[in-house]
Amino acid sequence: MPQSVNPMVEATSIQFKSNVKKALVDEQLQKALGNIKIGFVLNRKIASERLEEFEALRDRARDIKTHTIAHLDAYLEIYQQNVEASGGHVHWAQDDTEAREIILSICQSADAKTVTKGKSMIGEEIAINEHLEENGVEPIETDLGEYIIQLRGEAPSHIIAPACHVSKDQVADAFRETHTDLPEGRSLEEPDELLAEARAMLRDKFINADVGITGANFLIAETGTSVIVTNEGNGDLTQTLPKVHIALASIEKVVPTLEDTTTLLRVLARSATGQEMSSYTTFSTGPRRAADLDGPAEYHVVILDNGRTDLLAGNFSEMLRCIRCGACLNHCPVYNSIGGHAYGWVYPGPMGAVLTPGLMGLDEAADLPQASTLCGKCEEVCPVRIPLPSLLRRWRDQVYARDLGDWQTKWALKWWAVFAKRPALYHFFAGPKMRMLASWAKKQGHLKSIPSLKGWTNSRNFPAPQGKTFQQMWKEQKK
Amino acid sequence: MPNSSLNSGPKVGLFVTCLVDLMRPSIGFAAIKLLEHAGCHISVPESQTCCGQPAYNSGDTKNAKDIARLVVDAFEEFDYVVAPSGSCAGMIKEHYPKLFADDLDMTPRVYNLAQKTHELTSFLIDVMNMQDLDAKLDQKITYHDSCAGLRELGVKTQPRQLLAQVEGAELEEYEGAETCCGFGGTFCVKYSDISDHMVQKSVEALADTDAELVLGGDLGCLMNIQGKLSRLKDEGKATNLKATLKVRHIAEVLAGMADNASIGEPDG
Repeated sequence: MPQSVNPMVEATSIQFKSNVKKALVDEQLQKALGNIKIGFVLNRKIASERLEEFEALRDRARDIKTHTIAHLDAYLEIYQQNVEASGGHVHWAQDDTEAREIILSICQSADAKTVTKGKSMIGEEIAINEHLEENGVEPIETDLGEYIIQLRGEAPSHIIAPACHVSKDQVADAFRETHTDLPEGRSLEEPDELLAEARAMLRDKFINADVGITGANFLIAETGTSVIVTNEGNGDLTQTLPKVHIALASIEKVVPTLEDTTTLLRVLARSATGQEMSSYTTFSTGPRRAADLDGPAEYHVVILDNGRTDLLAGNFSEMLRCIRCGACLNHCPVYNSIGGHAYGWVYPGPMGAVLTPGLMGLDEAADLPQASTLCGKCEEVCPVRIPLPSLLRRWRDQVYARDLGDWQTKWALKWWAVFAKRPALYHFFAGPKMRMLASWAKKQGHLKSIPSLKGWTNSRNFPAPQGKTFQQMWKEQKK
Repeated sequence: MPNSSLNSGPKVGLFVTCLVDLMRPSIGFAAIKLLEHAGCHISVPESQTCCGQPAYNSGDTKNAKDIARLVVDAFEEFDYVVAPSGSCAGMIKEHYPKLFADDLDMTPRVYNLAQKTHELTSFLIDVMNMQDLDAKLDQKITYHDSCAGLRELGVKTQPRQLLAQVEGAELEEYEGAETCCGFGGTFCVKYSDISDHMVQKSVEALADTDAELVLGGDLGCLMNIQGKLSRLKDEGKATNLKATLKVRHIAEVLAGMADNASIGEPDG
């Protein structure tokens, strides 16, 4: 396999800058990133423009989530009561360790050898696959993208399209390497052929799995239901065929009512892929009942905190509105330049740049909230109107206060502030400095190198100042 | 241009912006010419320097507040405050109120200032309803919407309405118009390789148009775009770019003051 490192355990957000350097020269990645723009971005635009009430729905979606988060404890309690009333079990996990242990012990009680998995970002966050493997339980990802990156030993690079960085040739290579019974000469040229191969491979796994683990897009308080949306139907097979279903969710996934869920579903798929609805939207309420034709004998929900109540208390509560559509990634010019792996952990793009410092500590991820132009595109497309640039700034306040940024920028800004706060001093020095720069530029009109602005002049010329400052000229004119 | 209504028109304080003050005063003079043509009475407070955005965006709240107080002191007396920049106007309009949210004395003052602060092109259209622009330009142009102006202040149609009044100017929109060019203040130096990658894409999108002149409302973005264009030309990598592609602030064109050297180009 191309890589064998475990990216989940070794988060690399702290080496963001070197991750970026690699990503920018990775031709295959750059090509893959180009597809996001023509796919997701265009499709969202078409879907949102086609629905007259889309903007009003976004307001409604925001209000639903804001209300729920303000009363999170109450809704979680109602949710738990209703899950239990329908015969299911709710498990509360304070952190990733607790969540892993809970899941492993459910698997062990079911005497599980293999576990099928639907796509779950919480699963990535708690690195459940590694923990199950270490304890003799084989996890098998069944979402095609997740399956591919599992074979490649990689982390997802996007929250809804985990393998969007992989080319179809690379998928074929991964299949040939791991599907040992693949007939010789079997063509894996076309996407359909790849899909058929994965499907054939996974079919047996679905049938033989002892436990199915899925994520949850929403937890509905009034009914005790978990909801997943998928486009492949793999989630349904994962949660209905095995005798035990475990749904993994975090505390902010709870929504008061079914009605609220439909509102959120209407903005979710449109924002994510530009679909009106995902191909499959599945509601799970409790284990199989006597009259049901199928379904698991046991239904468990593991609800994770892992730092989210701290976000709630620490001025980042808006972030808990996130419904994980990925629109902010798709539209972010920084994400589109560097891809998801450069962010170094589970959640990339603008939502990741806000969430990651909260979940793993700002010391480990100080670059993430800083590496943004605050262009505001993410906020423009967020279905629940999270003010992502403002939240990035809140982290920057802490980066500055705790001195986690680079000293060069800090000193440059401090010096700038010394002048900016003293207009007379500013005017006294600005004039000569600009005239000096202008004279360096001579007749070219620009400078090719300025030692103190190497970041700029390494790849761009620096347009020369005209000479005198405006204030100087204005004063002269007024005389 | 006539400025007959000098005494009766609104009193406008020009927030020059530090970049225009230091790098390209001609934009400031173009703004004054336009505002006077619209009938405004202009003052340029000498005590202005910067809006405080670099400090604010870097988490240095204390210095950002100190600088913002200077701006409030210098500008609150005017009927309007106008800046030839969506970014700096956005800082005053959108962010000063947030910056002083827990300061009861400053809150009414910054709200008052925010209410009357405008980016130049939106002021000329939305407030002054300027319809009699007197400018000519015989060039194909394209327009880059700066992020702060576009998304914080909703500046989109106003520059285009003004450009439509420029005789001979032919506007061709380009695909990257609303995509960040990668300037981002300190971002362009701190994360210079990402910034460079972003501006490279902006420039590639510009190459797909027939434009001879790129206009915009924020000097930072324009310097970034021009700096990249110019470097690509130096490196001989600008084969699909028109060698003549120039970059200017929109105010210079609207004021009929586009005869000087464009951004980053030599005189003459």
